[in-house]
Amino acid sequence: MENESGALSRVAGLFSARGYNIESLTVAPTDDSSLSRMTLVTSGTDDIVEQILKQLNKLVDVIKLVDLTESPHIEREMMLVKVEAVGESRSEVKRLVDIFRGNIIDVTDTTYTVELTGPGERLDAFLQSLSSISIHEVVRSGSMGISRGEKVLGL
Amino acid sequence: MELTGAEILVQCLKEEGVEYLFGYPGGAVLHIYDALYKQEDVKHILVRHEQAATHAADGYARSTGKPGAVLVTSGPGATNAVTGIATAYMDSIPMVVITGQVPTSLIGNDAFQECDSIGITRPIVKHNFLVKDINELATTLKKAFYVATTGRPGPVVVDVPKDVTGAKAKFSYPKDISMRSYNPSSKGHVGQIKKAVELILSAKKPVIYTGGGVILGEGCQQLVEFSQKLGYPVTNTLMGLGAYPATDKQFVGMLGMHGTYEANMAMHHCDVLIAIGARFDDRVTGNLEKFCPDAQIVHVDVDPASIAKTVKVDVPIVGEVAEVLEALIKQIDVSESKVDTSAIDTWWQQIDVWRAQDCLKFDTEGDKIKPQSAIKKVYELTNGDAYVTSDVGQHQMWAAQYYKFDKPRRWINSGGLGTMGFGLPAAMGVQLAHQGETVVCITGESSIQMCIQELATCLQYGLPIKILNLNNGFMGMVRQWQEFFYDKRYSQSVMNVLPDFVALVEAYGHVGIRVEKPEDLDAALDAAFNKHKDRLVFLDVITDPEENVYPMVPAGAGLNEMVLV
Repeated sequence: MENESGALSRVAGLFSARGYNIESLTVAPTDDSSLSRMTLVTSGTDDIVEQILKQLNKLVDVIKLVDLTESPHIEREMMLVKVEAVGESRSEVKRLVDIFRGNIIDVTDTTYTVELTGPGERLDAFLQSLSSISIHEVVRSGSMGISRGEKVLGL
Repeated sequence: MELTGAEILVQCLKEEGVEYLFGYPGGAVLHIYDALYKQEDVKHILVRHEQAATHAADGYARSTGKPGAVLVTSGPGATNAVTGIATAYMDSIPMVVITGQVPTSLIGNDAFQECDSIGITRPIVKHNFLVKDINELATTLKKAFYVATTGRPGPVVVDVPKDVTGAKAKFSYPKDISMRSYNPSSKGHVGQIKKAVELILSAKKPVIYTGGGVILGEGCQQLVEFSQKLGYPVTNTLMGLGAYPATDKQFVGMLGMHGTYEANMAMHHCDVLIAIGARFDDRVTGNLEKFCPDAQIVHVDVDPASIAKTVKVDVPIVGEVAEVLEALIKQIDVSESKVDTSAIDTWWQQIDVWRAQDCLKFDTEGDKIKPQSAIKKVYELTNGDAYVTSDVGQHQMWAAQYYKFDKPRRWINSGGLGTMGFGLPAAMGVQLAHQGETVVCITGESSIQMCIQELATCLQYGLPIKILNLNNGFMGMVRQWQEFFYDKRYSQSVMNVLPDFVALVEAYGHVGIRVEKPEDLDAALDAAFNKHKDRLVFLDVITDPEENVYPMVPAGAGLNEMVLV
């Protein structure tokens, strides 16, 4: 979409005005600074998703739109988690982070801040595995997506 | 040479061929008003409330096909315009609304007369722009007119901060514009056209159902050719009246909640439905589960989002209505299939049985004026050739039922949003665009009061509009629903504390006539349309207070479940 102020609120406004769900939404400028790329995760029946695509395409700021789920694609989400890390839990968290191939990116005497990237379900699984650990804070980016193979979404 | 932003803005309007700019001045647009003062090409029409500016521009656009233009100030100027912008949006009317804004340095500071006009209008415009740099002003206005008038038309708001209108820059108006993110499609898909024609020619019980899109897309002539080549029945929506001549034998009347019995029965029983420039509005379809149960549907629309929005379609065609109709006509000519004339004859016999119900008949006995008869008389007196605007409610439905429009762009009403107060200001725009033509505003005692201040504007510009005020002392349509569905509890729909309309209209400098008896109606109409031809005449017609609009598809019912009387 056009990297212009107001573009994001047009999309968000469309979803609230027509009663569609936004499960997550990420947006940032691309290598072309006049363009922003947005990945939006929504849900609905096929008819609703078709209407969502048509309505989004009508927005003047939207340049190109694909439904990534129609073909093989990759989804990634980033999560930052601040957890209590004292006593036994300190080594337990370290072990879990290794299993999930995350990184500990900040350390204090009592906390770890963990960075983990992957499909949303893997982030969910990591949070579940922390069940015995006290979680202070969770920040998730929402999903980003891209097609597999040579298929490209560009101008 | 450098021009100020205000001068550039006015120059852009000239380049776009804007004849009339409907507006109201205020602090944020003073530079622009000063630039308007110094030229004569763009004529400014000073309304008495910003809502009327948008409705007047809307009426101008609906009756001419050209975009309407509006100028209002920031804050309350913009918020007052909102109703008119939403009205135009719902009916896809091309309009460019320029709103003043506080200087860029003050935006977001809760400055005097500041509001977030872009945020407020975002859900009710096709697109909107905030111009922060004078060097982008001309291009933005070019884009605004381009977006407003192409594809599915609609209103576009351009918010211009005061400092931008005061700054100076070189002016050059772009000849063409292309936007990478906006490319409305025009031609229908060839394969779909062929598929549609085969289905259309296979029909035994077809109906052609057309909406406002045929008028907006300038496809009326093609619609007539297409329909007459096939010999199929045609029905129009409220927004589509006039696209097909109402006095033609193939026309079965309006469809929907207050459509004719024959139109709705034909819809319900059809096997092939050809929908053109229509959007299956809930007032048209009735209960969706019961809608056209046996029909295969062809749907032509310029807006892909209108297709399969509420009703599943078998052959969708996205494209400009006129071009698609031309392609369909050509394809019919070359197709090896032919119209099944014997099946169509049988179908017409069935339709004629429904027609024989004469669903629009009404009782003319009694000493009270029937609103239907007043409209019929206006129809006869104007030879069906007037421009008719309406407000919203019972009188609107009666006007749609009893004034037979043979030409497009003559019937001007708020169909989608249903905006009371629309009729009089819309009539101003129509009358300015068509000087010397007869313009009638059919209204009611409740609707007319919502923008009655515009009587002053009418005097200022010498607009000889004929106002037919069907005065039943109720918000008629609200009362009708309360009668049917709320056991006659007329909660707040009684409108019997009224001004003396004749005195009021005369105070505004016009002619007012009150009519109470059926036998006085002809003389009053003659005075309005002949004796006072060149003046605005307000006919306050006291009508039968509890007359209802029939026939009617009750809410939740199917089109075949009409209540006739």
